[in-house]
Amino acid sequence: MIRLENINFAYRDEPVLQDVSFSVGPGETKVILGSSGSGKSTILKIILGLVRPQSGRVFIAGKDVTNAREGQLQKVRRKMGMVFQGGALFDSMTVGENIGYYLLEHTNRSLAGIEQAAREILDYLGLSQGLLDVLPDELSGGMQRRVAIGRAVAAENPQIMLYDEPTTGLDPISTLTITKLINKLRVEKGVSTIVVTHQITEAFEMADQFIVLHDGRIVFDGDTDGLLRCRQEYVREFLQPYLASVKSIPVGPTE
Amino acid sequence: MGHLRGFKRFVNDIQGLTFFCLKMFRYSVGRPFYFAEFMDQMYFLGVGSLFLVVLTGMFAGQAIALQFSIELADFGSKNYLGRVMAIAILRELGPVLTALMVAARVSSGITAEIGSMKSSEQLDAMRAFGVEPIRKLAVPRFWALMIMLPVLTIICDFVAIVGGYIVAVFIAHISPTAYWSNFIDKVSLGNIIIGTVKPFLFAMIIASVSCYLGFSTSGGTKGVGRSTTDSVVASSINILFINFAFTRLVVPHLRGLM
Repeated sequence: MIRLENINFAYRDEPVLQDVSFSVGPGETKVILGSSGSGKSTILKIILGLVRPQSGRVFIAGKDVTNAREGQLQKVRRKMGMVFQGGALFDSMTVGENIGYYLLEHTNRSLAGIEQAAREILDYLGLSQGLLDVLPDELSGGMQRRVAIGRAVAAENPQIMLYDEPTTGLDPISTLTITKLINKLRVEKGVSTIVVTHQITEAFEMADQFIVLHDGRIVFDGDTDGLLRCRQEYVREFLQPYLASVKSIPVGPTE
Repeated sequence: MGHLRGFKRFVNDIQGLTFFCLKMFRYSVGRPFYFAEFMDQMYFLGVGSLFLVVLTGMFAGQAIALQFSIELADFGSKNYLGRVMAIAILRELGPVLTALMVAARVSSGITAEIGSMKSSEQLDAMRAFGVEPIRKLAVPRFWALMIMLPVLTIICDFVAIVGGYIVAVFIAHISPTAYWSNFIDKVSLGNIIIGTVKPFLFAMIIASVSCYLGFSTSGGTKGVGRSTTDSVVASSINILFINFAFTRLVVPHLRGLM
């Protein structure tokens, strides 16, 4: 579904990603782990075509979109839902307008139809329909992330979901709710998912395929067992706080 | 070294602004055109600036009329105040003052709004949802300014001339007939062309500079503040520079029409 081949990306002559290659199959979930500034979010932006790599190729659903024009990219992006770090909700629009944004821009649905769709999505997210006319600023961080997920899935059945630090800065209950929601989407809608995070506990609850990124390079790409047995120095260092804190290690995502 | 870096940044900004303007023109044609956004901006930029422009026009017109009525009286030419007002207001002060006031009010708002959307990734979110932010945010603001700034300039001209009339009649004791007949003598095609072309140029400057600086904001909240300040300064200086360049290069060719 998604394939990156030998991606190199630099910002102001500073290398951000170096020779990054990996793939995510239909319905699969992959978590990209790494410390802040390791280039995780840049990978999502490259997949979406928001930034272009200096070299390498990006394939979405078998199609090379590396040098696709903006118009072609917009069609590709319609297959994807993206949840940005912090939500990136449109702060001048209500929750209902945010959720219905895609439908408002790209379909001929009536306003009543869009409102109905937004209500259904709020139900799916486990949020009150009373929030429809509320501005994002009035919501808690956890609610904002859920609305952001709702806005992403409101697109016409996205086949790919991309999450940028979906649980960062949230309390444990909100984190659990978001994690469950991501898993629910994967199971019920069968979407291919990439989650970027540096929170290891949540990562194990969301996926069984992992990439570890260090200084823009992939230092690990494999499953849970492989990750826990990996001898690579940075991977050990990265996992150390987690390994020290758990008595039993969960294997695979919870549903 | 610092000068070289500053020059490099200046060249980069000019290049960036040029490409941005080209994109804005390209997205101005074709669909979708965000009409609701355009109407909102017409109201915000135009109607919202009306009171400010009326006040500016009134005080500026009265101040100029007061100054010139005293100076002209020394030469026994007080009755020519209407001519001076026509030249000063229609050609120069009406367009320039309106543009400066609108730039001060509007360009900071546009840059701050787009800049904060950029720093909170809302522009990326827009693109992720298949919406081109320049088409959605910059184009409606550009056309709203292109329509509303000339309208505001005409209103400012009118108010300034009426303000001048009040001073002329009630303070300088010039007869209404002398004021208006001298004023109409100078309302020539050349002066009208100068007075109506300038607002379009100034609208282009305000819209392109403020939107470009919003879209190129970086550095979080501090960056938004910096871009906002830069936007007002760059718009104002460019308005004054283009006004001078236009007066130097174009006005001499219109002398036959004045």
